Formats: sequence, structure tokens, C-alpha cells
Amino acid sequence: MTTENKPQEGQERIGVYVCHCGSNIAGMVDVEHVAKWAGEELKDRGVVVARDYKFMCSSLGQELIENDIKELGLTRVLVAACSPHLHEQTFRTASARAGLNPYLTELVSIREQVSWVHTDKQAATAKSKAVISGGVERVIHHEPLEPLVVPIHEATLVVGGGIAGIQAALELADAGYPVYMVEREPSIGGHMAQFDKTFPTLDCAACILTPRMVSVGMHPNIKLFTWSEVTKVDGYVGNFTVTIRKKARYVNEELCTGCGICQEKCPKKVIDEIYEAGLGYRKAVYTPFPQAVPKFPVIDRPNCTYFQKGTCKACEKFCPTNAIDFTQEDEYITVEVGNIILATGYDLFDARRVTQYGYGRLANVFTSIEFERLSNAAGPTNGEIVLRDGVTKPDAVGIIHCVGSRDRNFNNYCSVICCMQGLKFAHLVHERTGATVYNFYIDMRTAYKAYDEFYQRVLEEGTLFVRGKVAEVTDAARLPGEEGKLIIQVEDTLAGIQRRIPVDMVILSAGLEPRRDAKEVAKLFGISCSADGWFIEKHPKLDPVATMTEGIFIAGCVQGPKDIPSSVAQGAAASARVLGRIRQGHIELEPVRASVDEAKCSGCRICNNLCPFNAIIFHEDRMVTEINPALCQGCGTCVAACPAGAISGTVFSNEQIFAQIDGLLGLTLEHAFS
Amino acid sequence: MTENFEPVIIGFTCNWCSYRAADLAGTARVKYPPNIRLIRLMCSGRLDPTFVLKALASGADGVLITGCHPGECHYLEQNYKALRRFLLLRRTLVQMGIEPDRVRLVWASAAEGVRLAEEITKMVEAVRQLGPLNWPKWQQTNGHGEHAHIEAEEVSA
Repeated sequence: MTTENKPQEGQERIGVYVCHCGSNIAGMVDVEHVAKWAGEELKDRGVVVARDYKFMCSSLGQELIENDIKELGLTRVLVAACSPHLHEQTFRTASARAGLNPYLTELVSIREQVSWVHTDKQAATAKSKAVISGGVERVIHHEPLEPLVVPIHEATLVVGGGIAGIQAALELADAGYPVYMVEREPSIGGHMAQFDKTFPTLDCAACILTPRMVSVGMHPNIKLFTWSEVTKVDGYVGNFTVTIRKKARYVNEELCTGCGICQEKCPKKVIDEIYEAGLGYRKAVYTPFPQAVPKFPVIDRPNCTYFQKGTCKACEKFCPTNAIDFTQEDEYITVEVGNIILATGYDLFDARRVTQYGYGRLANVFTSIEFERLSNAAGPTNGEIVLRDGVTKPDAVGIIHCVGSRDRNFNNYCSVICCMQGLKFAHLVHERTGATVYNFYIDMRTAYKAYDEFYQRVLEEGTLFVRGKVAEVTDAARLPGEEGKLIIQVEDTLAGIQRRIPVDMVILSAGLEPRRDAKEVAKLFGISCSADGWFIEKHPKLDPVATMTEGIFIAGCVQGPKDIPSSVAQGAAASARVLGRIRQGHIELEPVRASVDEAKCSGCRICNNLCPFNAIIFHEDRMVTEINPALCQGCGTCVAACPAGAISGTVFSNEQIFAQIDGLLGLTLEHAFS
Repeated sequence: MTENFEPVIIGFTCNWCSYRAADLAGTARVKYPPNIRLIRLMCSGRLDPTFVLKALASGADGVLITGCHPGECHYLEQNYKALRRFLLLRRTLVQMGIEPDRVRLVWASAAEGVRLAEEITKMVEAVRQLGPLNWPKWQQTNGHGEHAHIEAEEVSA
């Protein structure tokens, strides 16, 4: 359906393009009718052509627009399709190809905001007309603009030293660009450093991870800040200024050789809640594990005898290089970076919250991370899989899947890794103890390369699988043979019966959750969290490592639960995105900026305190205000505040908004929308 | 008239949170009444109270202002300025004889598609109960509402 009109004198020549989006829009909006209506009713407003097309974003759809610009001499383009967040760039680029300034093209949403949310076809069609009318009025007031070109600083900040962050940092550093890596713990390595084996290949985690950690530690292009946190982020893409708090280690990194004598001599033993998951001990001066990067230990001030009681200093006495420094203080370091990659990972679901599984109450109920430490050859039991007493080998072990995941009481989402983790545990128990192993699952999810083969292997090894959500783990014996055991009460949904299965050890395959402070971190970096608390990517399919904030990228579990291969892939992907930026040397930004008409400015200074980016400067000598376009972020708060109307904002000017209101309300039309 | 009254509401959204919430409502196929027509701004701080008066003066029966939650503004704190202006505007509206419930402020994060849809539904019902606004329309004769611009701008000055 196409309507062409004769252009009128002195008016903009507007083309209106209404997209079917297959049946996504056309199923709820009479698209052909809307296009016809726009051609007829908006003729007086300067619409010279109105078309509808199956997929406006396809190359053929874009060609339609390009040809009309060239042949009909269009001066404005309005596309009614999906959200501008999806395809605004597509249509702007199409216009630019045909020689029209890209900012003279507007995209209005009749999919996300009309066809997908409404149920009455007549009302949805009428609303589409209103939206198009608003868009046409708005686009008349658009101005030709040039994008703002911002230089990109070569350095990148990587926050989080887990496997995703390590991968990202190494890719960037190997390409020859400087990287600052900030890690909260005393060593990089993340969760992966705690694991013994990795599924499905059963590689030793340390064997594949520690060389990477060493590469990060030794890399001439990587500056590593461990035991550190980002406290402030200023600036914008290309030019961030980041403040890092380097917590006092009480160890002089210049002098320390990492010999470990201080750890040997320290008299204070502390339960290691983080690395050993509470199963083992460390000293008050410690590195979390022997292969830690960097090798420098940290003094745990709240547990250090000297800091608490004023005497001891054993570490200082025995340190051969005088590296212990009790007077060290937190340092604040400022770095300049062009891009930021957030790879801050996840927290394990706290299994205590599922009270019926008895974790924290029944001694021999273990969490997945506890089991990882138990099975780790470098762990507290040297890899012996034993009960909480430290000696007894279990005869029967139950592994419960989906703890805290796929459960409306906790998290609705699937934590992705727990099925494979449960299978890995089953294999390790079987291999090392010969115990009978039961896996309690809701659904087995073993997608991805070589995963299902691993499942088959574990099945063949003789692990028993019971399909059903475990109701309870209890030590209250009711039947003969249950005494002294943990009894797993479960409905076997395949057999259709209730079962009580006595075991010696229960492992809870706990899910992954966003970091407890994910919200604060998101706020610090100016990005958003989903309702679950994971950081939101720019596009769930097509842009999974970028965020809505230019220059901030995400990788690994911070974006959602994922396994090691996916985390590594995302780390590499995020660094590829950053590398593209760095190689270009600059980035083009939306020219949404405010500016002051000095002739109109009365010097009232009402706007002066409104800008959080300090872009507004007042000239005392001339008594006028000026806006620094390099600092202005385009929010428009000052535009709205100026009582003299002296401040105007591009892309969202008063004229544009007023015109859009008129159009939306049909004020410019002879007939109401129907 | 009132039995079939379908209010028209203009909604102002911010580019970073509430417009995205509206997009999310769409992708999640959450339903809400078609009475609202949205305008995108970069930030709720861009919302000149004149926009609201202009919309009401031009035939809207209500105006919904939306933005990021306090503390989550993409521009750090500009939604607080929107809040300040909103509170003042409501007082002004009362003095003009407009029911304050015709203008609402809702915070919606990019993840709150369902919540935004619920708030829109509630607002449509509330305005439906209030009935048409029938703000006197100035200078309708030219059919382009140009004079309405001038009148509305004078209100803010």
C-alpha cells in the first residue's frame, strides 16, 4: 500500500513508513489502513509518501526509504516500527546513505508500545495513527546534526579478577593496550580457583587457571590492584576517571618476596570462610591459596593479635626483608580509562534459606562449594571425601539439584551450572569413595558441547537418578536402616511413589545469585540491574556484553548464571568490543546537548546548580552562563529550568516536544483518530 | 458521554529507565489499556512543567510522568529535580481547578515492565473515574494549536 502526494510549497517533504514486522505489528494493527490514512490525512502536514512494508528493517525495506529520499526529494523520514532502542540507528544509517542527514529521521514504536501490549485491534490501530501523527509533527522540527566525536583513552579498567575478567584483561593486554585490573580479594582467580575439577572434561581447575593468573600478574601491560575496590567513577565513555581504594595490606609490596615465612610464624589461626568455605583454616596474615597472584600476603586486621591486643608482631620479627608495615594506610589511586569491563561474578545461593534441607543444622549436609573444597587435592582434607567428622567415608551420598533455583520461593531462573556440577560431584564421589550416589533432579539440563555425553558417562557409572523435588532432609529415623543416617524424603515422579532414601552425606547443588552489593555496583557505574539483580545487557541476543551506558561492558556471571566456557567467551567478547573502540581512536556520540543563547540569558544563575556534571560555567564578567559541550551529558534538566528560555537542547527541544504533543492529541488534524 | 468516555493520557518517559520499562512490557507481552501515548525524553529532569500544562490544555485528560527510581538516575540526581517540579506543579494545578490525580509521577526501572503496565492501568481507571478534563482550548480555529504554544509558555514564565 503506497500513497504519494504532490509536495506543497514551503513544507518539509516527509515520508512515512509503517512496518508490519511480519505479524508482530500487523496482527494487532491494520498496518495497510494506517499507511493509507497517513498518506491522506497527513498530506497537509507535508507527508508526500506513505508506505507499509513487511519488514522495514530488511535491506529491501531500507532501500524503499533510500529510493524515496533520492527520487521524491524527502527532507524528513518517519518510520513506525519497533523501539528506537532497537532500530533507530538502522534507519538513520539508511537515510544517511541516501544523502539525508541521519538526525532528520525519526523512529516511533508501534510494536513494543502498541501491538504487543494492546488487545483491541481497532484501538491499537487508532493509537498507531496518534503515534505516527506525533512523530510526523516532531520530525518536522528536527535539525540536521553531526555526531559528537569523543576520543577514546587507550587504557581499560577490568573490575573482577575471576576467569571472565582474566580473559578480558589478557586479550586487551596482549593486543598491546594498558589494563588496570581491580580485585576485591587478596588474589585474583575468583570462584574457579576454589574448584578441583571442571566439567565435562574433568580438567584440574588450578592447572588451567593458574597459568592465566600468572600471565596477568607478570604482564607488562596489566597493572593489578588486589585487595582493592573502585570507589568512584567520573566522566563518560572514552574518558573515565576512576578512583580505586587500595586497602592497606600491611605488607610492603616492594620488599615482600612472597616467601611465606610470616604465614608460617603467625600464631593466629582463623577459619577461612571465603576460600575454604569455612572448612579450613588460614592465618591472620595470609594469601588465600599457595598459587595466589600476587604472591604478597594480607594482614587480616580484625583477626591480627597485634592490631587487637598491641603485642605479637611475630610476622615482622621473622620477615627476612622487613616487608611488614603496620603503619600502612588505605591508598586512593586515580586512573584514566576509556572503557570499563565489569566481571564481578556471582554469590553462591545461601543454602541455609532452604530450611527443610537442613544445611547448617544437619552436620553432613554440604553445599556445593564445600564439596568442591573437600574434593580438592589442595583442600582441607587433601581431597579425601569424608563426612564432617573428617574421617568417615560415606557409603551413600545424595546430591540435590536446583537448590534455590527454579523455585518460586527463591529464584525463578535456572542457574545453568548446577546440573553439570551435580553430575561432576556424582562422578567424583563414585570414583573416590565407591559410595552409592543418588542425584535428585527436576529436569536434567545438559545442553552444550560434550555435556550430555558426560551425563551418559555418569549414568553408566551406576549413579542413580531420582526425578522429583526433594521435600525434606531429616535425621529423624522412622524405619529400620534409617538410624544414624540422613533421610531424603522425595516424590519419585517417574515411579509415582513417595520414597525415603537413607544416605550418609547430602550435597546441595546450590544456584548462583547476583552479588549482594550488585545494586550499589550498578549505581556506581551507571548501569541497571534486572529484577533478579543481574546486570542488564544492551540487547539479550545481539549485544550481550555491552550495557546501555556507553563504555561500560559486562562479562561472565555478572550478566547471568553461566559456566566457565561461556564466561571466558564473554570476557573475550567484551575485550573485542573495547578493542574495536580503542582501534578507532574515537567514538561518535548522540549530539544530545544543551546550549545557551547568550543574548537571552539574564544571568539569573538558576541553572548553575542543577548540573551534576559541572558542565555549566558562569562568566562573572559578562553575567552570562555557558555550557561546556564536552561535559554536558544531555539530560536537559537545565533546559527545563531556564525561566528565560535561553537554554535549548538538541534532539529534545521544546518545539519538538510541543509539536509531538499536538500530533499525539490530533490537534493538527481535521478528524479524530479512529 | 461519560459511559463511553475513553481518557487520553500523555506519558513522559525517560530514555534509560521508564522507556525501557515500556519496551520490556512489550517484549513480555504485558497488557495495558491503549489510552496512553508516550513521549520519550532523555531524563525526567528534562520535563518542563509546561509540557504537562500544554498536554492538558491540548486535550489530554491526564499526564503520567515517569523516571528512574530515586538514586538510580542515569544522570545521577536529575529525577529529584523532576520530583521537586512535580510537587510544585501539583499545587499549581489545584489552583487552576484541575484534580491533582490527573498528573501522576511513577518511578519505573528498566526491569519494571510489569509495574509500569500496572501503574498505567491504574491511572487510566482513575482518570476515567474523574471524567473528561475539557480544559478550555484556546484558538482552536486555526487547527494547528500554534497559539496554544504561546499561551502555555506564558503559564510557565
